[in-house]
Amino acid sequence: MTSTNEAPAGAAGEGPVEKVLAGTGTFLDDRLHAAKSTRTLLKKVFPDHWTFLLGEIALYSFIILLLTGTFLTLFFKPSMTSLVYHGTYSRLDGVRMSEAYASTLNISFDVRGGLLMRQIHHWAADLFMAAIMAHMIRIFFTGAYRKPRELNWLIGITLFTLGMLEGLFGYSLPDDLLSGAGLRILEGVILGIPIVGTYISFFLFGGQFPGMDIIPRLYIIHVLLIPGLLLALITAHLFLMFHQKHTQMPGKGRTDKNVVGQPLYPYFMAKTGAFFFFVFGVLALLSALAQINPVWLYGPYNPVAMSAGSQPDFYMGMLEGALRIFPNWSWNLWGHTFAWNVLIPALVPLGLLFTGAALWPFLERWITGDQREHHVNDRPRNAATRTAIGIAVITWYGIMWLEGANDVIADHFQISLYTTTEIARYAVVIGPVIAYILTKRICLGLQRKDAATLLHGYETGIIQMRPNGEYVELHAPVPEEERAVLEARTTAPLPLEAGSDDDSGVPDPALRGPVGKLRLALNRVVTESVPLPVGNGHGTNGHGNGHGGNGHGSSVAGEPERAAVTSGEDGKTLLGRDSPEDPGEH
Amino acid sequence: MSSTEGYTGDFPPGGGPDGGEAEASRAPHRVIGTPPPAEQRTLLGTSESDAPPAPPRELPADPDDLAGASRAEKIVAALFILAMLAGFGFIAAYIGLPLGASLDSVLRSNLALGISMGVAFMAMGVGAVIWVRRLMPDVELTEARKPLASPPEDREAFAETFREGAETSQFVKRPILRRSLIAATVPLLLAPLVLLRDLGPLPGTKLRHTVWRKGLRLVISDTGRPIRPADFGSPGGMITVIPEGYQTNDNALVKATAIIIKFEPGELKYPTNLKWTVDNIVAYSKICTHVGCPVALYEQTTHHILCPCHQSTFDATKGATVLFGPANRPLPQLPMGVDSEGYLVALSDFKVPVGPSFWERG
Repeated sequence: MTSTNEAPAGAAGEGPVEKVLAGTGTFLDDRLHAAKSTRTLLKKVFPDHWTFLLGEIALYSFIILLLTGTFLTLFFKPSMTSLVYHGTYSRLDGVRMSEAYASTLNISFDVRGGLLMRQIHHWAADLFMAAIMAHMIRIFFTGAYRKPRELNWLIGITLFTLGMLEGLFGYSLPDDLLSGAGLRILEGVILGIPIVGTYISFFLFGGQFPGMDIIPRLYIIHVLLIPGLLLALITAHLFLMFHQKHTQMPGKGRTDKNVVGQPLYPYFMAKTGAFFFFVFGVLALLSALAQINPVWLYGPYNPVAMSAGSQPDFYMGMLEGALRIFPNWSWNLWGHTFAWNVLIPALVPLGLLFTGAALWPFLERWITGDQREHHVNDRPRNAATRTAIGIAVITWYGIMWLEGANDVIADHFQISLYTTTEIARYAVVIGPVIAYILTKRICLGLQRKDAATLLHGYETGIIQMRPNGEYVELHAPVPEEERAVLEARTTAPLPLEAGSDDDSGVPDPALRGPVGKLRLALNRVVTESVPLPVGNGHGTNGHGNGHGGNGHGSSVAGEPERAAVTSGEDGKTLLGRDSPEDPGEH
Repeated sequence: MSSTEGYTGDFPPGGGPDGGEAEASRAPHRVIGTPPPAEQRTLLGTSESDAPPAPPRELPADPDDLAGASRAEKIVAALFILAMLAGFGFIAAYIGLPLGASLDSVLRSNLALGISMGVAFMAMGVGAVIWVRRLMPDVELTEARKPLASPPEDREAFAETFREGAETSQFVKRPILRRSLIAATVPLLLAPLVLLRDLGPLPGTKLRHTVWRKGLRLVISDTGRPIRPADFGSPGGMITVIPEGYQTNDNALVKATAIIIKFEPGELKYPTNLKWTVDNIVAYSKICTHVGCPVALYEQTTHHILCPCHQSTFDATKGATVLFGPANRPLPQLPMGVDSEGYLVALSDFKVPVGPSFWERG
């Protein structure tokens, strides 16, 4: 668009770019009035960090799932009609099976590329869930869910839940031995639900398990209902990310009032396009080289058979582990069965995880009283309590997940099967506590190290003798870029006392009641951190209290501090927040 | 990522101190936010005559290392050509490797298609990354971020519109209108739920019963052969049995499948019901009382029956009571006898419901 000025192509009408602009560009703009908005879009700046790719992996896995899934629907027959197989795969010749299983064999053995598409579809589903988990973990540890992004965090949790269901249902469609057993377990879990369990089960399966209806029903949910919801929610997720602009990692010149990165066009477009090819390429190579879900080896579903070492897909492993770990508690009261041994492991761990995750941003905001917008991500160490909670939850999840494969572990490591379960029963309670304490100590230690580095600089290893005979070690000052990262505590939680709702500095009377005392106690835990050295730390700490109107500014306003920070030509500093002439504001 | 030197930053007019003072030191950082003047007209490059001079460019045209870029261009082109060849390879593999009757031909085709496809995509991806990193100049731009909250005047204007609408609609003022509308929606929301009623029959007592009945023969699940106690040479493994005539009825087998095990005399103990055993052969339900997997594993030396799904373990000598794991109840024992021809038969249905717990089980 600016090439009329400098580019060798010269005047309008020459060169392919000019032709596109004059032709297609004019045609579209005459009809859409889109020049201005599209230009803004093309110039949109995207921050860069390797962890920002995790969500993209999930997005591209989803697109690949849609493409390969559409291919599979052209050949798959979601029918439980029984038939006797006489197809290409001779080892199952003459075996009674459902039409769904037979058509899966057909896709694998008679449709060229069918096996590849099936394997890509399955690998992509696993990658989709793995990427969502990794993405969610990144968002949590960097505090990227904080205001104003709580809504996107909730959408993300919904996507995770829907993804699990979608995967479970897709896994059940081929009607092989393992998927049938998975459905059987699903039925057993549903039956355990008080009052309505048997009714839900009979309505879902169209009568007694397995019936004739479950696969056609799961099929339409799997190929239309849930993908439609996923597509809508992913669109909303991306739109919100776009509208609110992506967070950025702390660094020189990065503040809560700017976005530093590369523009959508041409940089981000090319990079993200490349990344799509990587994801697709890796999935294609995996599917060529690593077999996944070879349903022809399992055989068709057979209610009388089951094999050992059968694990669900990894994202259901936690549920499987919880079912294995939980003691066999059950009550018989008033003529009814309370099957705690099924109900609790099936509903409570995942329920706690998703509810806890959904409430956490709001709980944290209530505890800290932090009403500011946050666009610069936290370094995990700088939010010691949050990081410790995250690691504790991962430990808790991980132990149950491992227990989901305890028979494999017992087999490979020559441990008694029961011992693995006994260990897991204790570990699932004690492990998270230990993880919490350790992580918090490590985070605070790292904060202390950062503070020391900021105060004294790096140890150079050079010992110098002073004229008075004193030996000192020379310390090199921290480079500007690193200093910006170490000082990035802009987002550290405020102590609640200081952050009360008016500017008087007097603690809120609401904090005197029992709830207020609880809030204060939690606040002390959550805000526990090692202070940054005075003169450096406070400058950045106070910066950013934009919307709370809290009384914390008093420690910042001092001109000398500001000078101390800005003197380093630190582009970040207080400029963005304090200068009234910020162009973005007008 | 460092900023690139050598081109002029474009700061919005009247951009304050950022525009003046900072321009020299932070030239590459261009604050996007206010569009440069007259961008509309020059965009399409058609109306040259009345257009003011175009704004200075914001992105450098070429990378610093031109020689390196030319080398990179060759590498990228080579990768793109590789992607093209791999793409043709995919088509060739599709046409040239038909699927035969053997599993090998399927796996060969899968390997060729997958590798050619994977190489094509990876070459495209690697090529594009080198293109971005070596051929495009490295820039870093700073875009201003506006607070998300709308300015107070916008909020007030919105509130005014909302209030006006609420008032004009009479919705707030007229409670009968409002309440009758809410009342109207209730059945409309319930209707879809009612529609789901015919998804399946009501459970009734179906979960309490299986197809076993007096005189129904136990047959081996694989072969369908009936069993005589004398067929067991010596105590040993576990045999899966099903009711005769139901070999292809999955709905029946899901609950009725059972196992039989023969023991040495005296091995079977309380609470096994010895009256339901024949010649030290006992029959239990094969459906785990936890969540319903078939309990498919049996350890002869310890007489433990193990469910492969969640490892509930049952003691086969003691009425299949629970030894370990999440199952709460023993596997129900099938009352078993022999018929006039000496074959094993059921004496009745199971006396307690088989399989997983359910609310109405009691």
